[in-house]
Amino acid sequence: MSLRRIGTVLLWCYVVTVFAFIMAPIATSFIVSFNFDRFPTLPLGAFSLRWYQDIAQDPMLPPAFRNTIIVGFTVSVIATTLGFAAAYTDYRYRFAGKQVYLALALLPPTIPVVILGLAMLIFLTKIGLFGTLKAIIISHIVVCLPFAMALIRLRLSQMDQSLEAAAWNLGATEWRAMRDVILPFTLPAILAALFITMAVSFDEYAIAWFVSGFQETLPVRILAMFQGQVSPRINAIGSIVFTITMTLVILAQAILLLRRPARAPD
Amino acid sequence: MSLRTAAASVAENAAPARLRPNPFALTWALPMAIWQLLFFVAPLCFLFVMTFWIVQNFRLTPAFDLQNWHAMLGARYFWEIYFRTLIYGLLAAGLVSLIAFPCSYMLAFRAPFSLRWFAVFLLITPFFTSYLVRSYSWKVVLTGNGIVNAGLGFLRLGPFDMVNNLFGTMVGYLTLTLPLVVLLQLFSLAYVDRNLVEAAHNLGCTAIKTVFLIVMPAARVGIVLAATFAFILSFGDYVSPSLLGGSKPPTLSVLMVDVVKSGANWPQASVVAVMMIVTLLAVSFAALIYAYGGKGRG
Repeated sequence: MSLRRIGTVLLWCYVVTVFAFIMAPIATSFIVSFNFDRFPTLPLGAFSLRWYQDIAQDPMLPPAFRNTIIVGFTVSVIATTLGFAAAYTDYRYRFAGKQVYLALALLPPTIPVVILGLAMLIFLTKIGLFGTLKAIIISHIVVCLPFAMALIRLRLSQMDQSLEAAAWNLGATEWRAMRDVILPFTLPAILAALFITMAVSFDEYAIAWFVSGFQETLPVRILAMFQGQVSPRINAIGSIVFTITMTLVILAQAILLLRRPARAPD
Repeated sequence: MSLRTAAASVAENAAPARLRPNPFALTWALPMAIWQLLFFVAPLCFLFVMTFWIVQNFRLTPAFDLQNWHAMLGARYFWEIYFRTLIYGLLAAGLVSLIAFPCSYMLAFRAPFSLRWFAVFLLITPFFTSYLVRSYSWKVVLTGNGIVNAGLGFLRLGPFDMVNNLFGTMVGYLTLTLPLVVLLQLFSLAYVDRNLVEAAHNLGCTAIKTVFLIVMPAARVGIVLAATFAFILSFGDYVSPSLLGGSKPPTLSVLMVDVVKSGANWPQASVVAVMMIVTLLAVSFAALIYAYGGKGRG
């Protein structure tokens, strides 16, 4: 009995270790960003905001930040719209080749980003969009759309199908039922999808690195800094971006949780 | 009462209606398909076409020439890098599955509901933090006189070389894949029938035997899928092998980026990319057959 107890305790210690490994880089990033030393070691140096002051004076960062915001907003709106349409189609209809249709919607995240980056570089150069924000936006929509589609599809599967049918029986057109039944019901998922796709776009560095040319986004700038000289400025930027992204994600989760139907999940 | 429940379940399980091409249906069905055909399928097809083009006087020239394929597949270094990347990917997938399983098992079977949800929340967090920044943190922490070596120094251990080698690369792969693999395993374990586990215990099966004979077979699909995702992510990752592994030795993604960025040879880089896609498809397909094969039912 006590042997089993020890085993259980050890296993829980193991679980904590795994989670420590997962959270460690996030936590250390924050610590290092407030640490004075360029090459942090133990014992830690003095508390300092110098890396934040450093990045505030970096002339490359404001345009990169602006690009990231523009791309993120545009991508989230378009990807969520396309994702919604695809999710509704999957929910409502069956047709020949539906498997292929779904594969189109869901496959992009399984292709390594460096490969997509190269494919996009070649293709977008060919159609003359290389080095523009449009190039980043187009590529990011391809990658973000599956997340929007999955979230909204999940919400639709919680919906009682007779609701929409009831609206038709009561004389609503399909468009009216869409506006008054489907849209209100999926609204939480739509909002969540907007936030999540924006967060995914904020973080995407590889494809943007290939197609952006001189229109760098923030993650591309971080990659360039990573490849260049070592400095905790990366951690400072990372901590700021992390705070923004987590705010978006927590907002999205809060919306989903608050709007969850009152009935018990089955 | 039972009639209503039956009616409701019929309504819920009703097959979706057949799509008839009318303006309403097409408005919803077409946009995603058009977008993905234009900006996902077309670029990938063009990538394949590009492998047959040639570079003449620093200019891309449309052609149907196998010279890029010969140049790449005929080179010894390509195959060295290819098999290294394959082995790294398999190693990472195996390692991460092993590391994750006890953790997922404890969370699925022993943790109270609230703790499990808190764990899921923690596991989702890394997806929304820059993987670049997390890798960079590891680099700072693990480097020659970084925090980990300084800590080990107090214990009179080390210093160890933990970056710019295979160890660094694997730490990067784990950073990338561990949260996803724990999540996927956790979800598949959550669907394992508790009655089966109980029955095994009642019949005198030890806890460890139950895990191997009951739990793992029942959750096979999820476990294999998780490992497959880990393979896909590691196989194609650029950040870990280059920035934590120091590109010594390189992997396919490092080779591909090199050929694009330094060599400016898109056709040859495309050959590498196509070989990567083919490999990923083959491995994923094999994994799916294994996962769903036999009498396997998730």
